[in-house]
Amino acid sequence: MKSIIDLVYLVPLFPLIGFLINGLGRKNLSKSLSGMLGSGVILASFIVSVLLFNETRAEGFTATTVNLFEFINVASLNIPFAFQVDQLSAIFLLIITGVGFLIHVYSTSYMHEEEPYHFARYFAYLNLFVFSMLLLVLGANYLIMFIGWEGVGLCSYLLIGYWFKNTEYGNAARKAFVMNRIGDLGFLLGLFFILQQFGSLTFSEIFPQAQGAEVGILTVITLLLFVGAMGKSAQIPLYTWLPDAMAGPTPVSALIHAATMVTAGIYMIARSNILYTLAPVSQTVVAIVGLSTAILAATIAIKQNDIKKVLAYSTVSQLGYMFLGLGVGAYTGAVFHVMTHAFFKALLFLGAGSVIHAMHHEQDIRKMGGLSKKLPTTHWTFLVGCIAIAGIPPFSGFFSKDEILVNAYTHNPILYWIGLGGALMTAFYMFRLYAMTFRGSFRGTHEQEHHLHESPWQMTMPLIVLAILAAVAGFIGIPELFATDAHRLEHYLAPVFEASTKLKDAHTLTHSTEYMLLGVSLTLITISIVYAWSRFSKKPETNDATGFGKVLANKWYVDELYDSIITKPLNAVAAIFNRYVEKSGIDGVVNGVGKSIHWGSRQLRLLQNGQVGTYVLWMVLGILFLYVVTIFF
Amino acid sequence: MPINYYIILAIALFSIGVMGVLTRRNAIIIFMCVELMLNAVNLLLVAFSKMHYSNVASFNPSSPVGTEAQVFVFFIMVVAAAEVSVGLAIIVMMYRNIHSVDVNFLNRLKH
Amino acid sequence: MVALLLILIPLLGGLAAFFIKNESTVKQWSLLVSLAAFVAICIGLANGNAATRNFEAEWLPMLGSSFALQMDGMSALLCLLATITYPIISISTWKNTYKSANSFFGLMLLAQAGIIGVFLAADGLLFYFFWELALIPVYFLCSKWGGEKRIAATFKFFVYTFVGSLLMLVGLLYLYYQTPNLSFSLQSLYEVKLTVAQQAWLFWLFFIAFAIKMPVFPFHTWQPDTYEQAPTAVTMVLSALMVKMGLFAVVRWLIPLFPAAAIEYSNIVIILSVTGMVYASILAMQQDDLKRLIAYSSIAHIGLMSAALFVNNESGLQGAMIQFFSHGVNVLGMWIVVNLIEQQFGTRKMSELGGIAQKAPTLTILLVIVALANVALPLTNAFVGEFLMFNGLFKFNAWYAAIGGLSIILSAVYTLRMIQKVFYGNSNAVTANATDIGTMAKTGLALIVIAIFVMGVFPKPVFALVNDTVTMILGIYK
Repeated sequence: MKSIIDLVYLVPLFPLIGFLINGLGRKNLSKSLSGMLGSGVILASFIVSVLLFNETRAEGFTATTVNLFEFINVASLNIPFAFQVDQLSAIFLLIITGVGFLIHVYSTSYMHEEEPYHFARYFAYLNLFVFSMLLLVLGANYLIMFIGWEGVGLCSYLLIGYWFKNTEYGNAARKAFVMNRIGDLGFLLGLFFILQQFGSLTFSEIFPQAQGAEVGILTVITLLLFVGAMGKSAQIPLYTWLPDAMAGPTPVSALIHAATMVTAGIYMIARSNILYTLAPVSQTVVAIVGLSTAILAATIAIKQNDIKKVLAYSTVSQLGYMFLGLGVGAYTGAVFHVMTHAFFKALLFLGAGSVIHAMHHEQDIRKMGGLSKKLPTTHWTFLVGCIAIAGIPPFSGFFSKDEILVNAYTHNPILYWIGLGGALMTAFYMFRLYAMTFRGSFRGTHEQEHHLHESPWQMTMPLIVLAILAAVAGFIGIPELFATDAHRLEHYLAPVFEASTKLKDAHTLTHSTEYMLLGVSLTLITISIVYAWSRFSKKPETNDATGFGKVLANKWYVDELYDSIITKPLNAVAAIFNRYVEKSGIDGVVNGVGKSIHWGSRQLRLLQNGQVGTYVLWMVLGILFLYVVTIFF
Repeated sequence: MPINYYIILAIALFSIGVMGVLTRRNAIIIFMCVELMLNAVNLLLVAFSKMHYSNVASFNPSSPVGTEAQVFVFFIMVVAAAEVSVGLAIIVMMYRNIHSVDVNFLNRLKH
Repeated sequence: MVALLLILIPLLGGLAAFFIKNESTVKQWSLLVSLAAFVAICIGLANGNAATRNFEAEWLPMLGSSFALQMDGMSALLCLLATITYPIISISTWKNTYKSANSFFGLMLLAQAGIIGVFLAADGLLFYFFWELALIPVYFLCSKWGGEKRIAATFKFFVYTFVGSLLMLVGLLYLYYQTPNLSFSLQSLYEVKLTVAQQAWLFWLFFIAFAIKMPVFPFHTWQPDTYEQAPTAVTMVLSALMVKMGLFAVVRWLIPLFPAAAIEYSNIVIILSVTGMVYASILAMQQDDLKRLIAYSSIAHIGLMSAALFVNNESGLQGAMIQFFSHGVNVLGMWIVVNLIEQQFGTRKMSELGGIAQKAPTLTILLVIVALANVALPLTNAFVGEFLMFNGLFKFNAWYAAIGGLSIILSAVYTLRMIQKVFYGNSNAVTANATDIGTMAKTGLALIVIAIFVMGVFPKPVFALVNDTVTMILGIYK
């Protein structure tokens, strides 16, 4: 039977076509044409995704695999190029193509200063990114996932280094790619372990066998996969590339470094949930790494003054929460947070882009202030985003973050309290950012003030749509506490996490405990918001931080640490290898053989002294020697 | 007469020749010593030839007369004479060029 | 029959080239000859079964050696590589000019004949003959048309590889005297029964010869010097084809002749190879000269291939075979870019270049694609091979795969550094007047890019082609 599911290949095909046309025709396309083409293909993908999503909502829908062609087939190893459609991939499809489409539309206006050639190049990269991301979430086996996994890393590299004349941007791009590669190596080794253990990389063949596997080997597999996730989703210790990645155009930051690519690690773990559920040690590691990242990034965000850097660290922190959710087994919660985060963080980034656009590429919040009057749409939507991320009901961030934290509480109350501390910091730095940007009085140059303007509709329309989503999306995951027909998302995703849910001993909190936790967290968050708002509206921080604040402003000196314990020693080792081991050592030995032969023959040459008498003497001695030899031996 | 006497004489002549070549520096004397060695060999050839023939003749009288080696000796003497004339010519040329017949001056083979 | 044609076309074409005095005519002639060879192999692969491709004629009957050529899957793949490479080299270096061009192109074609002969020879003596035939033209090419220090570099290269060849010759002669009917034919050499001790030292005699050619750490030091000093067209031949001779010979000669020793010493060989991968990658980070950088990067890739040949499982062997081809194509692409840069700016030093992307966007894009294939990004041809090889290595020993995997990270480090230093940033005095890639070179690079993607997405035909060789080798191990 031909169903819509069989057309799943169209979803990545459209962006691929867009990439090819924009990429090959970049010299001939006009800006409006390449912008429309770039956005149009994503819209087409989105429409197909919606259709697919409708299919998956049907009761009793089971995961369907669509084989496209044989990719690698050597006797012991058969890896088809195949897509798998199920609830998890469908929801990611919607996020990627939906948010992706809005950001493409936004980009047509944001990037309008670029020359047509570079404009088309930008859309080509963006389309390629969407294509890779779709491969990542659609792949029916780990190899296709890995193709997308590396593909998005490549696009991230290309887009961070989009303005290639700037060497610093180039460095940031390289850093991103290399750190991702470190993770990728872990991922790859994980794949080899899976192959060895299960003899296949296809999800539908691995997961049913998982319960028969040894816990030890599962722990190794899951930890290696998690190393991959650390790289891609910017977790400790591989998170430092993400803030630097803000060198790319702002819509890129919104799409790649907030809404989609960085959540690939969460997708991967959610996809492999059964493996993690069976390996408790790995789960604990995931939870601890996630929580530490969430706190560490939040502390850094408090003292950043670059509008995009604050958002970047906020992203790292929120990703940490998602990993915390995965680590405590709240897979639905993590996916839920991916979704709400995609809405509100994309919104915040695009809002920041709108501000930057209005400020003529000024990103320092110390030179902003009082923008609420000049940029009303941006202001209101940005505020919605801030409230959503801070976790105020009924905005979406509240429900998703609450779900993760409540699950953490049932796992271990300490996780909850630490997580709550992070949430307070989140509220604080977001409203510090909001207050310093939109409240108080303008602190920029006179010229900047003169040119302040609201952005065109291509930029505000996505903001409004995302603001609405950020405000209401939480209701699909409303907890049982508030409604009878609760958590439709959990219901929808249940088949994906079925095996894991069965293994988990269900103990839920009593309603009174939940109310108590809610009350405490809401009160504290509100206090934090009010304090930040009032303090930074009146007396914005305009000086450089001192004391402990300076440590935070310098990101705990982690970059410097990595530089001195990894980069510099590696370069030193390379220099030593180059000078001593290679040139003097190995090549020295090789040349030494030649030289010693040369030297030896020079010594032998001395025998040839030109004196006839000497020659005769040698001859006679030789004859005598032969005589002696023949006589005695 | 036993063969040993011939051999001893030949060895003595040959050794004198060798020592002469090794120790003397005058090219003409070296040349004479070379001739001495050559003639020591000639002497041996003739002596062995005679001895060999008498051995063969004892059980095969119809074999040819043992003169092959003696013929060789004549050949050697002829070649040696030719060689001497060339060698002496070289020595004369050498004397004209460097006004000496001392072989220690002739070390250009080194280069 | 195809096998014979493949050798004769470049051989006779090369000899004829010496008599063409006009430079542009001789260029066209060499392109024509190399295209003819390509057409010949295409026809050969398309028609007829494997047996009709082989060829045998009497050669030196008194020595028990015959002119026997055999084309199995691996040979076919490598001959295909050799015949694809040459036209692309011709096209993309079309603008280079040479003193006495007739001898240059003549020698190039003779080298091709030798290389193809190595891939096809099914007779020990013939193999040795072609092995040297491939070396000698390259010696003249490097020493006459090379860079400043060409004499020293070429001398080192020649002596180094020649020492290896002689070791192999000793081993070959020993084997020859072990055959019952004193024959050099592949089959009778395969059938020689050797004790384990005999296999051991013969293995090393042959292995060192091949290891120098590949080159495997620590026999690699001739390579960066030679690549740096050789004219770029010759470097292309050296790195795309001649290093494959060593790898090929391992599969065709070393492993089948001494299977017990190959298993016995696989660990040592793999440790050397894996060390070489990481070591060469680290060194590549330090290079300023583009040619040396690519040379070290190539050593790293070769290390993986030589390791994969000894892992004794299908994944590793299949991966290595497909990588034979992919590496040849990719490294060729890198050299084309280096050649264009050198021709245009007169320098290969990364520290003196920069900002080319602004003026030459097409060149940049093509280079970035080739460079990404060099770091084995998925959907490029190198990924398929590297994935399978790493998987094979992992099956052999997980730690080796993990350590060798460091080269995946390091390759990204040095490749991206190269891209940034040469292409990104602001242009300087040297690169201010950069012009974009010309049509001929663009065609050459575009062909390579197409090959990269086609093989990266549909590697299946290659697997099918080399399957017989892989099965044969695995059979021998058992």
